Amino acid sequence: MQWTELIVFSALFLLVTVLGFVAARWQAGSTLDHLDEWGLGGRKFGSWITWFLVGGDLYTAYTFVAVPALVFGAGATGFFALPYTVILYPIVFLPLVRMWSVSRVHGYVTPADFVRGRYGSHWLALLIAITGIVATMPYIALQLVGLEAVLRTMGLNGSGVLGHAPLFVAFVILALYTYQSGLRAPALIAFVKDTLIYIVILVAVIYLPAKFGGWGQIFDTAQVKYDASPQKSDGILLNANNQLQYATLALGSALALFLYPHSLTGILASRGRNVIKRNMVALPAYSLLLGLLAMLGFVAISAGVKPITNQATGRADTNTVIPVLFGQEFPAWFAGIAFAAIGIGALVPAAIMSIAAANLWTRNVYKEYLKKDATPKQEAKQAKIASLVVKFGAVAFIVFIDPQFSIDLQLIGGVMILQTLPAVAIALYTRWFHVYGLVIGWFVGMGWGMWLLYNIGTPEVRDAAGKVVTAGRPHFAGSALALDKLSLFGWQPFAGSTVQVYVGIVAVAANLVVAVLVTLVAKKLHVFNGTDETNGEDYHADEGSSRVKPVAAH
Amino acid sequence: MPRPSSLRWSNWNLLLLIPLLMLVTPWFNSDGPRLFGLPFFYWYQFAWVPVGVVCVGLVYVKTRNAAVAEDKPDLLGVDDLDEGAK
Repeated sequence: MQWTELIVFSALFLLVTVLGFVAARWQAGSTLDHLDEWGLGGRKFGSWITWFLVGGDLYTAYTFVAVPALVFGAGATGFFALPYTVILYPIVFLPLVRMWSVSRVHGYVTPADFVRGRYGSHWLALLIAITGIVATMPYIALQLVGLEAVLRTMGLNGSGVLGHAPLFVAFVILALYTYQSGLRAPALIAFVKDTLIYIVILVAVIYLPAKFGGWGQIFDTAQVKYDASPQKSDGILLNANNQLQYATLALGSALALFLYPHSLTGILASRGRNVIKRNMVALPAYSLLLGLLAMLGFVAISAGVKPITNQATGRADTNTVIPVLFGQEFPAWFAGIAFAAIGIGALVPAAIMSIAAANLWTRNVYKEYLKKDATPKQEAKQAKIASLVVKFGAVAFIVFIDPQFSIDLQLIGGVMILQTLPAVAIALYTRWFHVYGLVIGWFVGMGWGMWLLYNIGTPEVRDAAGKVVTAGRPHFAGSALALDKLSLFGWQPFAGSTVQVYVGIVAVAANLVVAVLVTLVAKKLHVFNGTDETNGEDYHADEGSSRVKPVAAH
Repeated sequence: MPRPSSLRWSNWNLLLLIPLLMLVTPWFNSDGPRLFGLPFFYWYQFAWVPVGVVCVGLVYVKTRNAAVAEDKPDLLGVDDLDEGAK
């Protein structure tokens, strides 16, 4: 047990707990009994709050432990996180302000609300809502993986179900203040989380490289390790096979990120178009941070870090690489701060994700099918309860099922959420696609994507002596598809090629092609394409405009 | 009655395509030249962070006087917009 770390961690955890409960009264509107207030913080966050909130939301604890862990294990391929978060903002800059405007005019709370309004189809909206909820659930569970990596590094590494007790306690506290304060809780806590993260990582990237002989030495040591490993795909550079995968994974992830409901929640909570635009300029500060953090994976190799064995699963948990590095190289009090930064870093996105999933449930399932005449107060109540259910579902995932399952699911989630691109993102610009095309495209993209992922396996890796180093996995072993495996009804356009590509891009391409074909047919047959309640001007309305709907109007 | 178009275009928006060039991996998948010990692969990609910021920032600045806001011009400072921070 590492007492100093535990005490520093607990003190900071206590601080954010107090903040989380106080947040209910922070800039409170006249009532919390409305989704605009509970689920979107009153739709009035300014530039700074949005920067901390969205930054705390997108760059999650899991990102902060998993990206360096990936670099530690495989090298350059793990660095895709940097191009991903650089191309992200130019891509979403224009669509996001349109989404904000149209949502503000019509009072939309979720992306599925927008689809419902744009196409007048509650079935298409339901499809979008379910995709969002299913893709978000494992993401919440992964935040727990990040939090638990820290707790286990601090010595809270019990076995069995009881070993998860500290995690459970942390999550009960989180659930309670999210229930009470809604989106204001993570918004306020994000200030603490992001400040800690910036301090810790800047100190780490200045102090640690000097300690191990500078970056040149660190990269050379890393290359020696990769050369010695029996894996062929690792190294400090990419190889001929994984460059396309690197670029398509970065592109696919950038296209997918703001389709996740929790990312949009942060955007819709902001006050106006200029707040969003400024943030698209300022958020890359986090990308810089993530890139620096990723390189700590190489530092961990020089430091000879050994991942901790998770007593609950009995396997080495590579996600502990960064916590172990900090624990090993820094004085105990500073390591405590670093652990708290990661731990609190798990709470902010977990809270926002559960709120986003709860909003989807309430608006697009409960209100749509179960209780059509629900008052705003009943909606808020329903969402609060749903946020509890979602969080405890995520805990159950981690406690009763192998955490590896969540990691696999999150991989699948990325491919799934990308299938909502035509119905959500493209629909912001044009209503050319027919609603049937969008639905059938969704089924094809989803089905094919899942099938491709299911069939990706890895062979077992043996060292020179023939001993198994990494066990092989027959299914869901990654998102990199060898082009050789690509088959269209038996026709293999790239037979024999070992070049890899990101499955999500392949699936969304199929989705789009099918959507176009079905749309052409449906238009030919003059099939009714729903009614659009939005208007061209709605996509440009800004704060102060007479078009926008009053916040929390009953 | 024809519906009003929802599209507004500015040629400045084309700047948003530039950062996508970062995805051309053959241009930078090499070890040398190193900078502060960092292989080219890494510092080249870090150099794209400010490029992305400049592209998005330019589009923001150059298009904000377009008739987007209906009632008032955007002349407020960051802090004025930050209602919650006060």
